Amino acid sequence: MFDWLQNFSDWLIYGIFNLGAETQLGTALNFFVYDTLKILILLFVIVFLMGIVNAYLPIERLKDYLHRNKLYGLEYLFASTFGAITPFCSCSSVPLFIGFVQGGIPLGVTFAFLITSPLVNEIAIAMFLGMFGVKATLIYVGSGILLGTVGGWLLGKFNLEPLLSDWVKKILESKQQGGEFEADKQTFFQRIPEITRGAWDIVKGVVVYVLIGIAIGAAMHGYVPENFFQQYLGSGAWWTVPLAVIVAVPMYANAAGIVPVIQVFVAKGVPLGTAIAFMMATVGLSIPEGTLLKKVMSLKLIGIYFGVVTLFIIFSGFLFNLLL
Amino acid sequence: MKNIKVLGPGCPKCKTTYQNVLEAVKQTGVEAEVEKIEDIMEMMKYNVLATPVLMINEEIKVRGRVANINEIRDLLTA
Repeated sequence: MFDWLQNFSDWLIYGIFNLGAETQLGTALNFFVYDTLKILILLFVIVFLMGIVNAYLPIERLKDYLHRNKLYGLEYLFASTFGAITPFCSCSSVPLFIGFVQGGIPLGVTFAFLITSPLVNEIAIAMFLGMFGVKATLIYVGSGILLGTVGGWLLGKFNLEPLLSDWVKKILESKQQGGEFEADKQTFFQRIPEITRGAWDIVKGVVVYVLIGIAIGAAMHGYVPENFFQQYLGSGAWWTVPLAVIVAVPMYANAAGIVPVIQVFVAKGVPLGTAIAFMMATVGLSIPEGTLLKKVMSLKLIGIYFGVVTLFIIFSGFLFNLLL
Repeated sequence: MKNIKVLGPGCPKCKTTYQNVLEAVKQTGVEAEVEKIEDIMEMMKYNVLATPVLMINEEIKVRGRVANINEIRDLLTA
C-alpha cells in the first residue's frame, strides 16, 4: 500500500540528495522521510474517519441512549467502545463525568468510558498502524476496549458514590435529565469541509511530536545495539511488565511521540506485550488527568481508579506476551 | 446586543475558541458581550458534555470542537 512512498523516499534521498543506500546517514534519512510521511497520511485518514463517525454519533446521543435503554451489562461495552471512538481532550473529562452522572448513568459505566477514552485514541491508532501493522493495532484497540469494559464493570461493583466530591453528590441526589439532544440537520456533504478542517488541525497540532518521536527513534535505531534490551531486561522476565507500566503511569507523553520510541524497543528485543502495556499506561493514565479529576472525586477514589486500571494494563501485558 | 459565552475549563482548544470569538466580533462589528466560563459548576448548568462550547444568546451553537472565525461570523450575522 505504501510502495509508492518507499519509491519516493528512495528517489529523494538516494537520487536527489545523492546519499548512498549503503551509508548510515542515507538509510537513516530514508527511514525518517518514509516513516514521517506514512504516519502523517495515516493520521489524517484516521482522524478524518473518526470525525465522520463523531458527526453522526455525538456523545450526547450515547448519553441519551444509555439513559433510555436497559442493556443487561452491554452498557459497559458500549460506553467503552464509544470512549475509543470519541476524540479525547483531557479537559473534557470532568464535564463529561458530571454530565454522565447527572444524566443518571451508573458510575461504573461512566468509568468504562473514562478509562477507554484516553487509552484508545485516534492518534495512537494511526501511529500503531504505521509502526506495527494491522494485527498489533487490532490487538491494541481490542484490548483497550475490553480493559475499559471490565474495569468499568469492576469499579461499578464497589460502592464508590460516597467517595465523590460533595457537590457531585448533591448533583446525584437531584438527578435530572437534561433536554433531549437535537441532532444537527446538516447533510453529510455540508459537513465534509468542517470535518476535513478539524482533521487537518489535529494533524497540525501533533506533527511536531511525530517528528521528534521518529527522529529519536531513528537515532536509537542506529546506536542501540541489537538485542540490547534482551540482554539487560531478559526478554519475558515476569517483572518487566509491571516495571514498564509503573514507570509509565505518571508519565504524560503524547502518543505521537511515544510510539516511534516503543517501536525501537520492540525492534531491539522488548516483547510486544510489554511495549503495548507501556504505551497504554503512558497515554491512559497521567498525573495531569488525576489533578483534573480531583475536582469531582476524592483522592481515595482516584487511587482506586488508577489502581484498577494499572492492574488491568499489567495483566493485559502478561496476556499478550503469552499469546504473541 | 448579543451575549456570547465560551465554556471550557481553560484548555488550549477553549482559548482558541475565545480568541476566535473576539476576532469575529471585531471583524463583523456586531455589538456583543463576550464571556468566558471556566468554572465547572457554572458550566454544568448548561448541561454540556464536551468542551469547548460556544453559546450565543443562551443557545448552544457549537460544542466539542473549536469554532473557526468564519463560522462565528456567520453565526453572528445570521
